[in-house]
Amino acid sequence: MKKIIIYLYALFSFNCIAKSAETGGMPQLNPEFWISQIFWLTITFGILFIILSKFILPKIRNNLEIRKSQIMENIEIADNQKTKSENNLKEYDKIISDAKDKAKKTFNRAKEEIQLDLAKEREKIESELNSEIQDAENEIKDLKKSSPEKISLIAVDTAAEIIQKLIGIKVNKSNVSAIVNEQVKLMKGK
Amino acid sequence: MAANPMYQFNVYRIGPEIKIGEVDISFTNASLFMVISTLAILIVFNLGAKKKSLIPDKIQLLSELSYSFVSKMISDTAGAKAKPYFAFIFSLFMFVLFCNMFGMIPYSFTVTSHIIVTFVLAAFIFIGVTIIGFLKHGLGYLKLFVPSGVPIILLPLIVVIEIISYLSRPISLSVRLFANMMAGHTMMKVFGGFVVSLGLVGGWLPLGFSVALTGLEILVAFLQAYVFAILTCIYLNDALNLHH
Repeated sequence: MKKIIIYLYALFSFNCIAKSAETGGMPQLNPEFWISQIFWLTITFGILFIILSKFILPKIRNNLEIRKSQIMENIEIADNQKTKSENNLKEYDKIISDAKDKAKKTFNRAKEEIQLDLAKEREKIESELNSEIQDAENEIKDLKKSSPEKISLIAVDTAAEIIQKLIGIKVNKSNVSAIVNEQVKLMKGK
Repeated sequence: MAANPMYQFNVYRIGPEIKIGEVDISFTNASLFMVISTLAILIVFNLGAKKKSLIPDKIQLLSELSYSFVSKMISDTAGAKAKPYFAFIFSLFMFVLFCNMFGMIPYSFTVTSHIIVTFVLAAFIFIGVTIIGFLKHGLGYLKLFVPSGVPIILLPLIVVIEIISYLSRPISLSVRLFANMMAGHTMMKVFGGFVVSLGLVGGWLPLGFSVALTGLEILVAFLQAYVFAILTCIYLNDALNLHH
């Protein structure tokens, strides 16, 4: 491939040299149209510079600045809305926590009230029960106190009746009771 | 005649001969392409500047992107002081770019492939920058040739080198653009000539080269316009912010 390229280059450069000899080298170095080129360059570039700097570039700069300021404004608005919504969120949170506190307080109060009521009721019932128990105990005590006399009375009666039935004689109750009392005393003495 | 790769750079008169005194300022094909480039720039950017929508369409976006591109280039290289020269550098960049790009159209003429055009532009920039430098700093502008922190023994040599490099600025600036454009177009013409002379059998390889070169040349057309503009910015930076 290298050989081909070299061959081609040689062929072409030979051609080139032959042709350029006809026209006389680089056209750039031919001063025939230099003045004309300078003249037209000055005119076209001058017009381009004046129109760009006076009319077009200020417009583009304006557009860019307007866009920048608009974007900044939008960002500001978005920031404001963000802080606003954050505040709203905080308020809502506060309301919710307040409501929770309130509910807790109400619950606790209700609990206390119920416990108080319960305690009262219990006290009442307990005192009633206590008085009833006291009554019953008193009764029992009375009964216990009165029982020996009654027993002796019953014993006297039964003894008198038994004696009557056995012997057919009416026995003086005071005698019988004296005997019974003696017996009771004896039994107690044992 | 078409086989000569230099033929495309020929300048010829279009229309009548115009003369002021002894000076020939006839309208040529070079003038025609200068006018076409100028008109194209004005039309494109006028269309782009007309609309003021918040969300730009394509042509508006194009003009606004070029605006911010050039303005960023200037502020990066020459700082905020170079703002008044924005319009000039913008026109310069666009003019060179459009002339280069119009030159890429087959059978068209590349304005910037002529040394006289690029040299006039470069000389104008050189003279303008020198005047700005002397206006801003007075004779202190000559400090540009005396870099700080150089041993006194070396100073004469450095100053001479600096002066030579400063004076060669317009030449290097103009020759860079002119040589790039001319070489690229000549190469394309050469490979195009290969395609024709080798015909259907051997012409495919140079045809491929030609296609690749077209892409490369479009890149070079943009790059050289950019380099031209950025070097102008750097020269302007030297004149505006004297810190060497």
